[in-house]
Amino acid sequence: MDVELLDIRQHMGKFPPFDSLSDDLLDLIATHVEISYFKAGSDIMLFGQPVTDLCYIRSGAVEVYRRKGELYNRLGEGDIFGHFSLLRSHRVSFPAKAIEDTLIYFIPDEVFQTLCAEDDHFADFVELERPRLETAVEQQKKDNDMMITRIRKLLSRYPVMVETTTSVQQAARQVTEAQVSAALVLEEADDDPRRSFIDSEERTWQIRGILTDSDFRTRVVAQGLSPETPVGEVISQRLITIQSDETVYEAMLTMLRNNIHHLPVLYRRRPVGIVHLSDIIRYETQSGLYLVSNIFSQSSAEGLARLASDVRAAFVRMVDEGANSHMVGSALSTIGRGLTRRLLELAEEELGPPPVPYCFMVNGSMARNEQNIVTDQDNALVLSDDFVPEQHDSYFLALAKYVSDGLAACGYTYCKGDVMATNRQWRQPLRIWKMYFNDWMDNPTPERLLHSSIFFDLDSVDGEEIYIEQLQDLIAEKAPQRPLFLAAMARNALNRTPPLGFFRTFVMEKDGKHNNSINLKRRGTAPMVDVIRVHAMAAGSRAQNSFQRLDDIAETQLLMPGAVDKLRYALEFMCMSRIRHQAIDLQEGRMPDNNIEPENVADTERHTLKDAFQVLSNAQKFLKFRYPMPANRRAT
Amino acid sequence: MLRVRSRQRLSDWQTYMSQRAEQARDDGVANFFATPLPAPDTPIKDVPMVALDMETTGLDERRHAIVSLGVVPFTLDRIRVSQRRYWVIKPPRALVESSIAYHHITHSEIAQAPDLDAILDELLESLAGRIVVVHFRHIERPFLNEAVKARRGESVMFPMIDTMSLEARRHRQSMWARFKRWVGHPPVPIRLQPSRERYGLPAYQGHHALIDALATAELLQAQIATHYHRDTPLHDFWC
Repeated sequence: MDVELLDIRQHMGKFPPFDSLSDDLLDLIATHVEISYFKAGSDIMLFGQPVTDLCYIRSGAVEVYRRKGELYNRLGEGDIFGHFSLLRSHRVSFPAKAIEDTLIYFIPDEVFQTLCAEDDHFADFVELERPRLETAVEQQKKDNDMMITRIRKLLSRYPVMVETTTSVQQAARQVTEAQVSAALVLEEADDDPRRSFIDSEERTWQIRGILTDSDFRTRVVAQGLSPETPVGEVISQRLITIQSDETVYEAMLTMLRNNIHHLPVLYRRRPVGIVHLSDIIRYETQSGLYLVSNIFSQSSAEGLARLASDVRAAFVRMVDEGANSHMVGSALSTIGRGLTRRLLELAEEELGPPPVPYCFMVNGSMARNEQNIVTDQDNALVLSDDFVPEQHDSYFLALAKYVSDGLAACGYTYCKGDVMATNRQWRQPLRIWKMYFNDWMDNPTPERLLHSSIFFDLDSVDGEEIYIEQLQDLIAEKAPQRPLFLAAMARNALNRTPPLGFFRTFVMEKDGKHNNSINLKRRGTAPMVDVIRVHAMAAGSRAQNSFQRLDDIAETQLLMPGAVDKLRYALEFMCMSRIRHQAIDLQEGRMPDNNIEPENVADTERHTLKDAFQVLSNAQKFLKFRYPMPANRRAT
Repeated sequence: MLRVRSRQRLSDWQTYMSQRAEQARDDGVANFFATPLPAPDTPIKDVPMVALDMETTGLDERRHAIVSLGVVPFTLDRIRVSQRRYWVIKPPRALVESSIAYHHITHSEIAQAPDLDAILDELLESLAGRIVVVHFRHIERPFLNEAVKARRGESVMFPMIDTMSLEARRHRQSMWARFKRWVGHPPVPIRLQPSRERYGLPAYQGHHALIDALATAELLQAQIATHYHRDTPLHDFWC
C-alpha cells in the first residue's frame, strides 16, 4: 500500500461498513477514490442523473431527499449515500445536497461491485440499510413488551426483611411503617452456599420464607396465636422466588401457576425486591384511569402527594408507548382534575359544606386539556351570586388555600402570576366574573389583556358547572363582535417568538445570536396556543382544547385552506418534542423542564422543529395582518 | 489592476511556450512545450489541472535539492487519486544529515532512489497540457527550473495557479486586510493547513508531497466554489 494514501484509508477504516473490510479491499478503495469539494447549499446529486460512484462523506454534512423533496436522511462524516441507486437503476432516486462545506470521496462503481462481491458484510450493509432502520423502530416497541421487559424494572424498593426470631407484632409494625404488604423472613445461614447470601455487614443469611398481609390474618389472628409468636413459626415451608433478569411475563406466569400474589425477586441469591401481582397488572394498565381511581382512594392530601411519582411513571410510559400529545395532555389533565376534585372533597370534609354554591374553575393548560408534567396551577373560584363576602369569604379562602397547598405538594407549583383562587380578585361571584369578561372585551388594550388572557381558557372542575358555561357562552357570543379585543389579543400573541432554528450545538435566534438551549414552551407551544386562541375566539368557538379549536377554525373562512393542518402539525410536533425531552429527563433522573438543548436533538427532529418554528412564525405574521389594531379607535 | 497584469502575462505565456517548443533541443522538454495548454479564456470548469508539491532539502534552489515530488491530476469536479504520481529522488549533492527531517521518507529510501533525470520525462509528461497548481509557487517554480537546467541544459517555466496567492489576494492584499493589519490585527495565516481550515477541509498529515498536492487540489476546488464562478476564465487565476 502506498504510504501516501494512508490518510484516506485510515479515515474510511473507522466507519461502517468499511471498518470490517480486509486491508486489501481498503487499499483498493483508497487508490481509486476521486475527490470533490461541495460548498454548503450546492447539489451533489440531482434526481435522475446517472450514478457512477458510491459517495463517502470525508467531512461536512449532506441531506438526502425523497423524490418529492421531503427530507429522507441527514448524513455526516463517514456516512455513505448513492448505494441504492448503484444497486438498482444507476439513476439518482434520492437527490443529495451539501448543507455544510463538504468533501466527498467518490468510490467508482467497479470498486463498489467488487466490494459487494467479495465482502458479505459490506453487501448486507448496503443492501439492508433500509429494513435495518425499520427493525430498529420495531425493536424499540418490543422493548416495552412484557415478553421482553425484565422483572427488575418493576422493582421500586428493597424488600422489608425480618429475622425468624422477630415477633409477628414487630414484623407487622415494620411492614406497616414501610407501607408494603409483605416481608421476607431470614435466618442466619448454615453453611450451604447454594442458598445463602452475605449482607453488607458480612453476615451470612438464608431466606426462609415470606410473610404477607394475608398470613397475618390466616396464620396468626385466625389461629389465635400471640403477638409475641416468632415469625419463623408461622411462615410456610414453601418459598417461590424468581431471578431478577427473568421477564415480567415469566413472573406473571409463576404467580398464576403457584397461586401467589407476592414474588420475591433475587439477584443470584440476594433478595432485591418483592413483586406483587398488582405491580404487573399496573405495568400492563398503567394509564390515567388506573391512577385516577387510586387518587379517589387516598384519604389525605399527603397520600395524594405520594402519587406524584406514579403520575410521572404514567407519563413516561405513555410516551414510551407512542401516545400523541393529545392523549398525554388529556391524561395528565384528567389526573390533575382528579387531584383537584379529591382535594376539594377532603377540604369540605374538614371545613364543612360550603355556605353558598360554587364552581371551582381551572384555567390555562388544564382547562385546555393540554396539561404537561411540568406545570403550575391556574385556578379560580366562581361563587353563587348569593355570596356575601363578610359572611362567606373566610370559608372560601380556607377552601382555596387547602386545594392550592395540596396541589403544590403534588408538584403543581403555585402560579407566579397569582392566578389562583387564594387571590381575592379571582374568588368572586358569577356576576363579578361576567363584569370582568365584559370589561376585558369592551375596553381592551394589549397591556390590560396581558395578564388576563389565561382566563380565556376556562373550564369547571367541580361544583356548579353552569357558572362556567355561562362565562364560556358570554365569550363565544361577544368576542367575534369585538375587533378591537381580537386585535389586542392578537398583539399579545406576538410577544413570544420562535427562534430561527437549530444547529448542532446552539439555537440560532432571528437576530443572529446563539443560545445554548431553548424553552420550547415559551418559544413554541405557548405562542402557538395563543395564535390558535385568537382565531378560535374570532370563530365563536366554545372549545378549549387547541386541537378542537383548530377543528372549529377549519369550519370558518378565517384561515387559508391547508393552514389549519399546518398549525395542527406544528403544534403536535412541538408538544411531542417537549414531552419526549421531559420523559428522557425523568428516565435519567433529572428534574424535567421545558428546555431542550440542541445537542440532545436528533437530526431529523431538529429539522422538523425548524419547520414547525417557521409555521409558527408565519402564523404570527398572518395574525397581525388578520386582526389589525385600528389606531383611530383606540381613543374611543 | 490584477486583471490587467494577468492579461499581460497570459500573452507572454503563450508566446513563451510556443517559442520554447521550437527552440528546445531536449526531446522531453520539447514535448512538454509542444503540448498545447488550454486557451486563457477557457472557463475554469473545463481546465485540466494538476496539483504539484515537492519536498526539498532547503529553501534555496541553488544550494538545496528536491527529495520527493507528488502530482495529482484533477479538474474542478474530480480529483483523480488513481492517476496520482509520486517519486522519491536522490539529490545530487551530499545532504547535511542534521539539517533534514523528512516525514515518511527514510534516508535509505533516498539512497536507493533514482536521480531526477531518470523520472524527468515522466514528470513533464504528467504536467504537459495541464495547468499546474501549487501552494506557494516560489518554491516549485525555481526548484524545478534549476533541476531541469542542471540536467538538460534548458530551463522550464510555465504558468501556474498558486492557491497561496489566491488566499493572499483575499487576506493580505485587500484594503480591508491592510487596514486590519494597520490597526494591529495579526495577519491571517495563509499556509496550506490554516487556509484549508477556513473552507472546512479536513486536516491531513502535512509535509508529504503527494498528500500536500492532494490538499492543494482540494483547496483550489474550495476557493473557486467559495469566491469565484465555475465560468471564471483561466487567465483570472494563473500567474
